[in-house]
Amino acid sequence: MNSIQPVILWTDALIFALLAAVLALVWLIRRQEHLLAPWRVVAQRPMAMGSALVLGVFVVIGLLDSLHYRERLADSPADAPQYSVEVLSLFDALLSELRARPEKTYSAPLAMHLYAKEFVERDGATVRDYPRLQFGGAHLQHADARLPDIARRTLDGAMQGALAGLLLFAGLAGWQARRRQMTPGGWLATWSRGDLDWPGRTVVLVVAGMLMLTGVIVQLASGYHVLGTDKVGQDVLYISLKSIRTGLVIGTLTTLVTLPLAIGFGIAAGYFRGWVDDVIQYIYTVLNSIPGVLLIAAAVLIVQVYIESNPEQFDTAAARADIRLLALCLIMGVTSWTGLARLLRGESLKLRTLDYVEAARAFGVSNTRIISRHIFPNVFHLVLIAIVLDFSGLVLAEAVLSYVGVGVDPSMYSWGNMINGARLELAREPVVWWQLGAAFAFMFTLVLAANLFADSVRDAFDPRLGGRR
Amino acid sequence: MLAYILRRLLYAIPILIGVNLLTFALFFVVNTPDDMARLQLGAKHVTPEAIERWKVEHGYDKPLLLNAEASGSSQFTDTIFFKHSAAMFVFEFGKGDDGRDIGNEIRTRMGPSLAIALPVFVIGLLANISFALLMVFFRTSYLDLWGVVLCVVLMSISGLFYIIAGQYFIAKLWNLLPISGFAGGIDGLRFILLPVLVSVVAGIGSGSRWYRTIFLEEIGKDYVRTARAKGLSEVRVLFRHVLKNGMIPILTGAVVVLPLLFMGSLITESFFGIPGLGSYTIDAIQAQDFAVVRAMVFLGSFLYIVGLILTDVSYSLVDPRVRLQ
Repeated sequence: MNSIQPVILWTDALIFALLAAVLALVWLIRRQEHLLAPWRVVAQRPMAMGSALVLGVFVVIGLLDSLHYRERLADSPADAPQYSVEVLSLFDALLSELRARPEKTYSAPLAMHLYAKEFVERDGATVRDYPRLQFGGAHLQHADARLPDIARRTLDGAMQGALAGLLLFAGLAGWQARRRQMTPGGWLATWSRGDLDWPGRTVVLVVAGMLMLTGVIVQLASGYHVLGTDKVGQDVLYISLKSIRTGLVIGTLTTLVTLPLAIGFGIAAGYFRGWVDDVIQYIYTVLNSIPGVLLIAAAVLIVQVYIESNPEQFDTAAARADIRLLALCLIMGVTSWTGLARLLRGESLKLRTLDYVEAARAFGVSNTRIISRHIFPNVFHLVLIAIVLDFSGLVLAEAVLSYVGVGVDPSMYSWGNMINGARLELAREPVVWWQLGAAFAFMFTLVLAANLFADSVRDAFDPRLGGRR
Repeated sequence: MLAYILRRLLYAIPILIGVNLLTFALFFVVNTPDDMARLQLGAKHVTPEAIERWKVEHGYDKPLLLNAEASGSSQFTDTIFFKHSAAMFVFEFGKGDDGRDIGNEIRTRMGPSLAIALPVFVIGLLANISFALLMVFFRTSYLDLWGVVLCVVLMSISGLFYIIAGQYFIAKLWNLLPISGFAGGIDGLRFILLPVLVSVVAGIGSGSRWYRTIFLEEIGKDYVRTARAKGLSEVRVLFRHVLKNGMIPILTGAVVVLPLLFMGSLITESFFGIPGLGSYTIDAIQAQDFAVVRAMVFLGSFLYIVGLILTDVSYSLVDPRVRLQ
């Protein structure tokens, strides 16, 4: 019998469906020169490639975290295996060390003592002092050894990362030189001048930087809690990394809901005009006029009621949290399609009067064919720009909604929940800042990378901007 | 002009009816009063009698749309729809779960909301426009490039961070201003300063970048080249021509949100403890007070539609090319 049981949550399935769609799109674009051209422009921009690499790391973590399974309980019989109620992911398995070393409560980043004082036995007497951590710095004999140890580990990690980067770079240089029939030295000279047809220097520097950072974190994490621990003693680094998936799911699946609504309604309104246009305009004015947060609040309350009255449909807490996340994406999609739809309507209104559309109509080409062959390809750049621009806004919105209490399930790892749980701790003395800091730093990195990438995509695709930045 | 406004007002009525029907469906059909009662009363083991009692107390014990037991016109008026949804058209919001009159609450809470939202709006607009003009004046220079980068960085920071950092550093660490609270009159100024400052800083990234694009679009137009060809100085071109024409999209964009300022800001008000409509809404969401949430949905939509009408009117006032038909 298997020792694990794979679990496919709703959002997992949708994420991998989305991944398949993106890969199919990439395959399609690669075959068509006119579709490929703007992406070439994007690929030549150092800023775009740098941020794309950072985004890529986030996406890989998110995907690893979307392969869920349940472990078999060790004492269950082989013919009727029972599985743990805890749903884990492949990413959890990779981070099993981080996950399975809880402390009692708060501890500062890289600390070896707990945040709060307790009665501890020392030399036969009971004194009130900061107890040592179960794990953080447990290998140290004395507190004086902590700073040298941290410095050594940091240096080690950076060196290892740099070495890995150097090896990769050497491999790249050799491969590229062979491909272009140059000497490796000649390629290096071209690279350092920045004369490649891709932003080589930025890519190499960003990859090297990320490798060194990973090296440092791995080295430190093997002996400390790099970002401290939270109220129940969980590693903050682990929580922050787990929250990546939530952010990505909200940023991408919401768009997945938005697109069919926006494209369908927007183009239909602009192309058919008349009563279709009136009805669609009416629908989106009504939706637009309701304050978004309130609509989301109402919908989330409804989902909560549904979950509470049908507990038999969800066998694990993860499944319950997942359905709430999915509902949040759905309702955010329903509230946010109006902007893009209005844009597409305006563009379709213009396009339908152009000569080639008139000609197609005169030849008796059907409406569906005109829309799919002539209208949609010409508004596709608007759709793409909207997707990348919306992403970062949605990630930020999650934090706010979780604060209001209508965001993701409180049991789910998310930056919004981290902030919400930690904001009152600023009043403590000394201040518990690491949980807030970690959530904001992770969120900032993801959103900044997404924003910079979105800017490059918009510049490359928006014909109105032309040569101007 | 008057006929146009009147027609726009008439057009607003079906939209308000749509909003009303949608909220009615959300709050009474998808989510029945029984569900609400169960959620409110908390525990899973509520007796049917307790649910009935809760429904009677809140006036949800009537049929949804048609009361077959009543006679005459009260067949329609003695229903949940008429009592709780249709009544909003005359701003009759009923009572919240705490027993207070919602209409009364809204009237008293509008003031504090405006005290924050109005200064944020005005100062934010001025700050964004000045910053955008500065970038446009030094366009294609490093100042502009780094200005845009700074905007993107500011945009990428969560709004919650600005509030928490502002409260922590300015109020707690440096003791410059009170952390939260509100007072009327001139004494309230010290409570207002911090939320206003935080909100303006939080909005400056996306705002000034947006206005910069508008100004850059204007600056590429023919009349600007003509003005330069006449020998006008760059400063004069920027302020007399670009700013004036760029103000058209900016003003009309600002007019839409003008009525919504009454609603206040959810997050700012709740963090700074300001007794406005924003914190009222958040409290209602967290306490699952459906009557208040419904009232706020209606009020928000109403103000948004007022904003749309004002936008159309303001177009015709600032842009002589637009004629209202």
